[in-house]
Amino acid sequence: MASHDYDAIIVGGGHNGLVCAAYLAKAGQRVLVLERRHVLGGAAVSEEIHPGFTYSVCSYVVSLLRPWIIRDLELSRFGLDLIPLESSYLPLPDGRDLCRWSDGELTRDEVSRFSRHDAEVMGEFSQAMSKIGRFVRPIIDSPAPEPASFNPKELMNLLRLGRHFGDATVDQMELRLKLLTMSAVDFLDEWFESEVLKSPMSVSGIIGTFLGVRSPGTAYVLLHHYMGEIDGAFRSWGFQRGGTGGVSNAIASSARHFGAEIRTEASVDHIMMQHGKATGVVLENGDELSAKQVVSGCDPRRTFFGFVGQEHLPDEFSQSLQRYRFRGSSGKVNLALDRLPEFSCRPGDAHLRGDIAIAPSIDYLERAYDEAKYGTFSRRPYINVVIPSLVDPSVAPAGKHVMSCFVQYAPYDITEGAENWPSKREAFGETVIDTLAEYIPGLREMILHKQVLTPWDIQEEFGLTEGNIFHGELTLDQMAFQRPMSGWARYRTPVRNLWLASSGAHPGGGLMGAPGALCAKAMLGTEGS
Amino acid sequence: MPRPTPFHPRTSELCTSMAYKEWAGCYAVCRYDTYHDREYYALRHQATLMDATPLYKYEVRGSNAADLLSRVTVRDYSRHSVGRVSYVCWCDEHGKVLDDGTVTKLADDHFRLTSADPALAWIHRNSRGLDVTMTDVTREVAALALQGPLSREVLRPVVGNGIDELKFFRAMPVRYAVEGPEVEGVVTRTGYTGDLGYELWMDSADALRVYDAVMESGTPLGLLPMGLDALDVSRVEAGFLLNGVDYTSARSAFIEKQKSTPYELGFDWMVQLERDPFVGQAALRQEKIEGPRRKLVGLEVDWDDFEAIYESFGLAPHLTAETCRAGAPLYEHGQQVGYATSRTWSPTLKKYLALGTVDASLSRPGTRLEIEVTCEYERHRAAATVRPTPFFDPERKKA
Repeated sequence: MASHDYDAIIVGGGHNGLVCAAYLAKAGQRVLVLERRHVLGGAAVSEEIHPGFTYSVCSYVVSLLRPWIIRDLELSRFGLDLIPLESSYLPLPDGRDLCRWSDGELTRDEVSRFSRHDAEVMGEFSQAMSKIGRFVRPIIDSPAPEPASFNPKELMNLLRLGRHFGDATVDQMELRLKLLTMSAVDFLDEWFESEVLKSPMSVSGIIGTFLGVRSPGTAYVLLHHYMGEIDGAFRSWGFQRGGTGGVSNAIASSARHFGAEIRTEASVDHIMMQHGKATGVVLENGDELSAKQVVSGCDPRRTFFGFVGQEHLPDEFSQSLQRYRFRGSSGKVNLALDRLPEFSCRPGDAHLRGDIAIAPSIDYLERAYDEAKYGTFSRRPYINVVIPSLVDPSVAPAGKHVMSCFVQYAPYDITEGAENWPSKREAFGETVIDTLAEYIPGLREMILHKQVLTPWDIQEEFGLTEGNIFHGELTLDQMAFQRPMSGWARYRTPVRNLWLASSGAHPGGGLMGAPGALCAKAMLGTEGS
Repeated sequence: MPRPTPFHPRTSELCTSMAYKEWAGCYAVCRYDTYHDREYYALRHQATLMDATPLYKYEVRGSNAADLLSRVTVRDYSRHSVGRVSYVCWCDEHGKVLDDGTVTKLADDHFRLTSADPALAWIHRNSRGLDVTMTDVTREVAALALQGPLSREVLRPVVGNGIDELKFFRAMPVRYAVEGPEVEGVVTRTGYTGDLGYELWMDSADALRVYDAVMESGTPLGLLPMGLDALDVSRVEAGFLLNGVDYTSARSAFIEKQKSTPYELGFDWMVQLERDPFVGQAALRQEKIEGPRRKLVGLEVDWDDFEAIYESFGLAPHLTAETCRAGAPLYEHGQQVGYATSRTWSPTLKKYLALGTVDASLSRPGTRLEIEVTCEYERHRAAATVRPTPFFDPERKKA
């Protein structure tokens, strides 16, 4: 048998590719990671775009990074340094506001200003959600079940999930079915009366999807906030010190520690194929590198249509992949500010240390979606703002700040065609600043530098097809055993020796690391551990 | 009734939780806020300031000061340089540990000793024939623990750039730049958190002005006042023992079994046996030859196992946010082989950690044991593995 340069080559040094590399290297494999850009991390990256200011360019909070990965890869030792978010703030145009704190009693006080009923019900709601959320966690921490399999192990796994479902009381069954089918707004309407509370809660159902808060199927994402993590719902959201790229760097350091080789500015042109098997990669500079296994940390379309080529794929697979929906719906605006912005609703900064939502009403959010449906970015979008420099002075000069704005909706497919996004970039950025300035008087005068990323930019610069931050919409029909498609949810692909370790695989996007780790375990045959 | 420390006017204003406990006769804040986790995260990410005044503090002066400390503790102080700080324990004549603390050499004939329990009378008893005076300055000297990755940045404007040169476990005299005339004191690069950090020593009369200066410098950097709850989590991560929790002082023990030798506590490295006589020397020589019968170790509870116990009840895993000081038995193959004394969830490492004492034969890192876990009032066992300490040991601590 021909000798190989490596046991595994990983295409793409995003956080999942790096996690996969670290697990393989830890198991003793000779591993090479190839990253096209000059920095590691993919969308989990920090860059000093403006001197002295470090932007978490794309991904801006660390939410669901799996604790078992932190343990296995000893990430704290290699520089993982997560500062938890303290609060979730909602300013309103009429001067009212709501801040939800990690301290439940404080939050009750805040909510009761709008509805005593809601303040009381919050406890019941989180109790009910926590009961169900407990079942979500094992699902994202293990490979997706294969419902059509007759393998006894698979059947056992299915039975286990079935037992969870079967154990449930009628009330809980009903709640689960509602969560799976209803819209975020309809679901929240069953519990709460105040829109001031419902509106910021409902947006977690739409992030990264091309759906509105009233679209059916958006409710279940609410569960992700009640997963029963030991550190609590708030505590599992945090800033990495020095910016999100620090998470990727910590994973990379761990991977190197275990013996992985990592190259940047090493752009892969295509995956080498021989007799229907992946045998290595060819770089853009023409270098050929062989490996027993090739792993893609890129999204499914880029992986199969970009690096493999349709001629090597079964037709049915290609057609399914054509139908796999990306539909990027968000953009990003990063600002360098010469002072701390002050919100007119509430002076001071205690409430600005977490995330800040521009989501004043459900109609506002739905209107923002309406515009996107017909091919324009929202004139008044949903914006999720964080000011990490408030809790991490290392990302900006003293007294100055960075402000990260996640903006939805910015549909990839604009009427003029996605390739015309660059001519709209300026207007898009201005819309975001105008929107924010309604809450932060004088914002425009504070801006020292701005970076605007449209879905087109996210695709072109970071390689995320159609600018979808999750490598494909995280909707129910594209999750679990259907991610990226039915029959191929276990990190294997129709191309022998080619694996998919990215957010396009189960359990999906976000800074979780689970697809990378679960892929490595599948390759090593250690899924159960 | 506990007495207030010199910092009380400030700390009591900040302590909105009203959660205090008694520490060596003083009011000590458990946590400033409803929960201590903000303080914990500030410690690991920015910096925290804790009132450490309740520590017992003694000045040892005289031409035989080093001789006295060499005589009563397990270390030899004859060759320590000025400015050196050392962690040390001291034993009774049977080689059983009485207490642990730090010794700072301030001048050739001047040391400062800290301890958890009062030590004056006992040390005095051992000073016969030596030119030495020992003074209890517990109330006269106030102490602040400034800890965390940004502690150096916080301290620099208060004591000057000289702080950049201060090495791990060294002391330096400082002038605190405070409101009004400068104030003299000492800074040591020590702490009980396992992080980069300093301890600030000053006259009690100057305490508030130093406190204000540090808070003013630190607030823009995210400095928070910290209480004992967050400290208790961090010290387990750092693998530090607590007298009265992880071991019992030979002075407080009622039965022999409750007492410990330095070798049992993992203090082997600090015991200097071959030198002039010191208290407990003969017994410790014997102990070294025979080897300890049990050892204090770090343990990591297997999280999957722990979670499975809760899962069997239909529950999500649960731990108190505070370090748990209620003991738990440790088993090997169903036989009890020891006990855990401090247990905590490490938010940084995402691990359930414990300190415990086990049969010496089971103390090697990697040894698999079981720990008792009580869930819904039922006793269960989860796997636990012996691990080296410190569990958390960032480079910045010594850098």
